[in-house]
Amino acid sequence: MTATATRTAGARAVAGRLFGGGSATVFALLALVFVAILFLNPSFFEPPSLMAFAKKAAPLVILAVGQYLVIVCGELDLSVGSLVGAQVVIAAALIDGEESRTVPVLLVMLAFGVLVGLVNGLVVTVLKVHSLIATLGMMLVLYGAIRLWTGGAPTGALSDGFRQVGREGIDMPVLRQLPWALPVAVVVVVAGVALMRKPFGRTLITTGDNERAAAFAGVRVWRVRTVAFVLSSVLATLAGVLIGGYAGVTAQVGEGLEFTAITAVVLGGVVLGGGRGTVLAAMAGALTVEALFTLFNQLSLPSTVRPTVQGVIIIAAVAWAARERRRPFLPPQS
Amino acid sequence: MTATTTRPRLSRRLGSTELVYAALLGVLAIGAVLVAVRGGNLFGTANLVDMLTRSSLLGFVALGQTFVILCGSLDLSVGYVMALCSLIGATTMAGDPAKVPLGIAAVLVVAAGIGLLNGLIVSVLKVNPFIATLGMGLVIKGYLDTTYKGPAGEVPSSFQQFGYSRIGFLPVSTAVMLVAVVLGILYLRRTRTGYHMFAVGGSAEVARLSGIRTGRVVVMAHVLCAVAAGVAGLLVAARFGTGSALVYSSGYDLDSIAAVVLGGTLLMGGRGGIAGTLGGVLILAVLDTVFNILQVDPFFKDVLRGVVIIAAVAIYARRQIDRKASRPRFGNGPPPEPAPDPPVPVGQGADR
Repeated sequence: MTATATRTAGARAVAGRLFGGGSATVFALLALVFVAILFLNPSFFEPPSLMAFAKKAAPLVILAVGQYLVIVCGELDLSVGSLVGAQVVIAAALIDGEESRTVPVLLVMLAFGVLVGLVNGLVVTVLKVHSLIATLGMMLVLYGAIRLWTGGAPTGALSDGFRQVGREGIDMPVLRQLPWALPVAVVVVVAGVALMRKPFGRTLITTGDNERAAAFAGVRVWRVRTVAFVLSSVLATLAGVLIGGYAGVTAQVGEGLEFTAITAVVLGGVVLGGGRGTVLAAMAGALTVEALFTLFNQLSLPSTVRPTVQGVIIIAAVAWAARERRRPFLPPQS
Repeated sequence: MTATTTRPRLSRRLGSTELVYAALLGVLAIGAVLVAVRGGNLFGTANLVDMLTRSSLLGFVALGQTFVILCGSLDLSVGYVMALCSLIGATTMAGDPAKVPLGIAAVLVVAAGIGLLNGLIVSVLKVNPFIATLGMGLVIKGYLDTTYKGPAGEVPSSFQQFGYSRIGFLPVSTAVMLVAVVLGILYLRRTRTGYHMFAVGGSAEVARLSGIRTGRVVVMAHVLCAVAAGVAGLLVAARFGTGSALVYSSGYDLDSIAAVVLGGTLLMGGRGGIAGTLGGVLILAVLDTVFNILQVDPFFKDVLRGVVIIAAVAIYARRQIDRKASRPRFGNGPPPEPAPDPPVPVGQGADR
């Protein structure tokens, strides 16, 4: 008991120094979940199964980074789940199993992603619609439009080249196979961290922290936020490519992903309302959510109980993080 | 001071509630014309009943959601509470007319308990309401999926009357919903807690500094919201004749938020009211009925609804910008220095 307490306290102090503020909780939680998995099933930490975990977690990590960008500037994007679904269905319908169409269709998807992000961003910033409602409306529109277009059930098929990224990898000696998804996710996270260190990232956080102060300081708030929405949609497109490759085409692809992504980001200590949190913490949140799913598998928990456990853990973790944030001036207990 | 400066403007501009009902009239007019072109009559008894029946279920949920949103909170668990309450109601009644009061009581107690929990998590543990109620929804979902494999329980026919019977063209469930709406309006406008809800939503910190126990107000709003969702669950049970867990996937949580916002209540809290929400619910119900009569593709319906909701909220947002621009916040002089600056008058949030 005391051992775990000191361990988490130590981890928190270290992580707190590294990543600051309320995001320490998530690293402690992530470590805790991994330790629990280790006790249940040590073979999980053999490279091949770790790689399988990375392949499964990569889309959520990418979505979480996109959602982080939107949340940190004070907004919310509920449309990513249905955008992932829409992109997968679009890809299947346009490629229709033909290898030669893969690249053009990827470009079409990218353009569609940018368009959706642009519409989201402009509706929020220019028309001043609250982002919860704006992206909820976008979610309804995408959901309906895609089913209207395909007549209810997705048609066509993905090409093997398209599925390569989500399903396959580079064969390697130790890891057996390095999934493409892992380097893709790593690149996204690194790019996210780099972006947040650039002036644009600072501006994004400032905007989320205090919109008026940012505007007085010369930030073009509407442009910053619109870019954040576009980036979120583009990353959702990328996640759609991975998920389509990994799981194939069904009508349910992407359903509920927006809430999972938001949960992951908030679990990482990123404050809804903006201005606080880091990309790394959002990534850790996504990994924690996926690790929890893995843990549920290891415990062979009936699938119906999982939401309950998930809900309790989310509330508890966020409450714990809030508890720390309320006393920002106290030094961390050692 | 604010009262004297705002009064002349009040008469000039249209309040947001009036705007909602103007929009409702517009939707009704356009719908009636479209239906008439097809040779139908939107105001025929069957269509009226359809509209009003549609509005009752969402009406209860949105009524509760209004309290929560007014406080600057949010409840995403209403759909799950509805499902849970329909099951609890139906299994407790178990087809026995004598057990109807027991079933209703059980539902109300469970719903109030969930609301209490939601409120405490939000106000005491300081968890963001979005996450708190999403998590609570997941908890209930897990319980429902584990315990109930399908429809369960049976509602005696006497209680099914609540779902089906009607007085003239007015379904009983809609009448009950309207009574609840009137009570809700009185609660917000005539009671202390009602006023406090506007104050807390406007600025929780200012409300706290003026001596309001903000936590209790938020808890109360969540309890009312969950109870309203519980009543909606009872209505579901009365309609289906049995409890059904599948209600939670019908999207009532997001629909109710859309109805509230459509009704002119600010999502950030502090401004709005239940009369507007009723207008929002009716607009959505009329749209659904008209789409149904015109046999619009159900998927196209989703697209249209999304566009309508965004457009409506964009129009309100435009008005709110104008209002902010036209209302000097701190008068013309510099803000008073040490004298206690009167916090935003509680009643101000209530005027629309």
